[in-house]
Amino acid sequence: MSKMYYRELYCGTPARYWSGLALLGVIIAIGLGAAYYMEHNGHWVTGMTNQIVWGLPHVFAIFLIVAASGALNVASIGSVFGGPLYKPLGRYSGLLAIGLLAGGLMVLVLDLGRPDRLIVAMTEYNFKSIFAWNVILYTGFFAIVGIYLWTMIDRSVNKYNRTVGFAAFFWRIALTTGTGSIFGFLVAREAYDAAVMAPMFVIMSFSYGLAFFIITLIAAYIWGDRELGDFRLTKLKNLLGVFVGAVFYFTLAYHLTNLYITQHHGIERFILLDGGVYTQMFWIGQIFIGSIIPLFLIYSPAFEKSRWAIAAASVAVLIGGFFQIYVIVIGGQAYPMNLFPGKEVVESGFYDGQVMNYVPTLPEAALGVAGIAVALTMVAVGARVFKVFPETLED
Amino acid sequence: MSNKSDQPNMDRRKMIGGAIAATGAMTIAPGVILHAASVSDEASAGADAKHRWGMLIDSNKCADGCSACVDACNTEHGLKGHGRPATDAVWIRPVKLKDKQTGRENRLVMMCQHCEHPPCVDVCPTNASFKRVDGIVLVDRHRCIGCRYCMMACPYKARSFIHEALTEQSVNAPRGKGCVESCTLCVHRVDDGVMQTACQEACSKEGHDAILFGDLNDPNSEISKTLKSTNSVQIRADLELNTGVRYLNL
Repeated sequence: MSKMYYRELYCGTPARYWSGLALLGVIIAIGLGAAYYMEHNGHWVTGMTNQIVWGLPHVFAIFLIVAASGALNVASIGSVFGGPLYKPLGRYSGLLAIGLLAGGLMVLVLDLGRPDRLIVAMTEYNFKSIFAWNVILYTGFFAIVGIYLWTMIDRSVNKYNRTVGFAAFFWRIALTTGTGSIFGFLVAREAYDAAVMAPMFVIMSFSYGLAFFIITLIAAYIWGDRELGDFRLTKLKNLLGVFVGAVFYFTLAYHLTNLYITQHHGIERFILLDGGVYTQMFWIGQIFIGSIIPLFLIYSPAFEKSRWAIAAASVAVLIGGFFQIYVIVIGGQAYPMNLFPGKEVVESGFYDGQVMNYVPTLPEAALGVAGIAVALTMVAVGARVFKVFPETLED
Repeated sequence: MSNKSDQPNMDRRKMIGGAIAATGAMTIAPGVILHAASVSDEASAGADAKHRWGMLIDSNKCADGCSACVDACNTEHGLKGHGRPATDAVWIRPVKLKDKQTGRENRLVMMCQHCEHPPCVDVCPTNASFKRVDGIVLVDRHRCIGCRYCMMACPYKARSFIHEALTEQSVNAPRGKGCVESCTLCVHRVDDGVMQTACQEACSKEGHDAILFGDLNDPNSEISKTLKSTNSVQIRADLELNTGVRYLNL
């Protein structure tokens, strides 16, 4: 195998690069403005209520955080599992992972009721809380992936690459298990009371992270006018197909389990049949756009070598994944908790027994989109400053 | 301009290495300086572990159309609505139920159930949600970061998030925008030795006597005697949270 050279990524003219960065900067500024508006007025200006306590910002944040740990997979395959084709992609994998996590965390923190008390979250830990564990898992992820990148880039510490790679791999599994467990251990809510949430989030991260990776890799090599071989891309594509199938399998296992349990028939009926927007998001968003279309694009012989099909499949995975998290986070809260089994709520001073309506507002969306912009900015700057991308990825 | 040389720039590497080390130290340090002091001990100052405060709600006595307890709670704690019921704070709420099989109707009030094993305390990342040694579950408003995880975890929907700025607060219950709160079991009264909650007082004044507050640990208290001689239930007893609030005739 010929020696691999990495170079800073220059995409076209400086004007193009700087205007791209400026655009991202504007999107981030709008998001920060939206966060200020929501914090200044209080959360009543959002679509969130005392019934739907986690709204669109959480969907964006969880989506980005889950994708972040998945984006690191390519590096793990390269250095932990010894996949030579993946190894040159390791640096970018680490950079993208850090970027996505930073974007997701920014959204999560700015949606807190008291983001100014972040220091409290960093110094006061209740170790029975999965959130507290996540604070440690998320900050640790930055540190470990940072060191991992260092061992990939600096030849003098390259001998530690495999060890650090192992640590990063286990850390990322723990991180997504932690994120999934937020929903797995909520015993009171029927949509969330399922241990399968943790492994399902891990496999979701594989899928979304790889989709993010593929789409941004193709874009970077087009903008940087560099060679990206079909063989390597086909490998990534096939891997994405396996992950999409696995997410589908876990979704099936989750719903079949719930369908067997009489107590959970209500929530299943809500998500699968008569939940209105959530039912549509599940079938059209998650299943059709997020599973069927990408599987068709990936495995249909008609698109075997089509780069556009691979890109489109990745975008479809991301759109479907977003809907999947929306259905889990918002759909699960919209369905009423069953406080009084066997009884019907005739009247209540606090919406007991009612399906809650949630309409996301523009500021919530602006904050969420700013999270994606933060991730892309970090990637754009990181790839320009560091030697992240191989000069060529021809086969 | 672009560095086209293949030689690595060692100065830059050192700078990057230093930056990574500094960032690492900054992220890990807070985790190392852990505050091991038990929060509940600190916050329970004044509370007496001999007691476990609780309530018994008699569903048969809870009168249709009455909102005396809700009004009293709102006045006592300075809870004022902004005309936006979906985001206004609710500490106590009436619920009317109908048995799906028999058609029997019940009315009761729901509030924080002051669990022995409160899920809100389990999930709170910063120990802001805590249980006093006398069983009262509270939120430390100085520690709450407003993550709302407790609201996701509470099986009773007992908690409210403060969605907007507050004015003219009651001295009985300091509150704050961006934090979560719920029924305090009138802890300010308990700590002053007044053994009657605002809701119970109002309910009795109306002549309904549907709410009984007292010490579950004292076998001679009225609440303990009533609990011993009647068939009370906990809401969602299947979760085994051992609630401090019990219900009769449900």
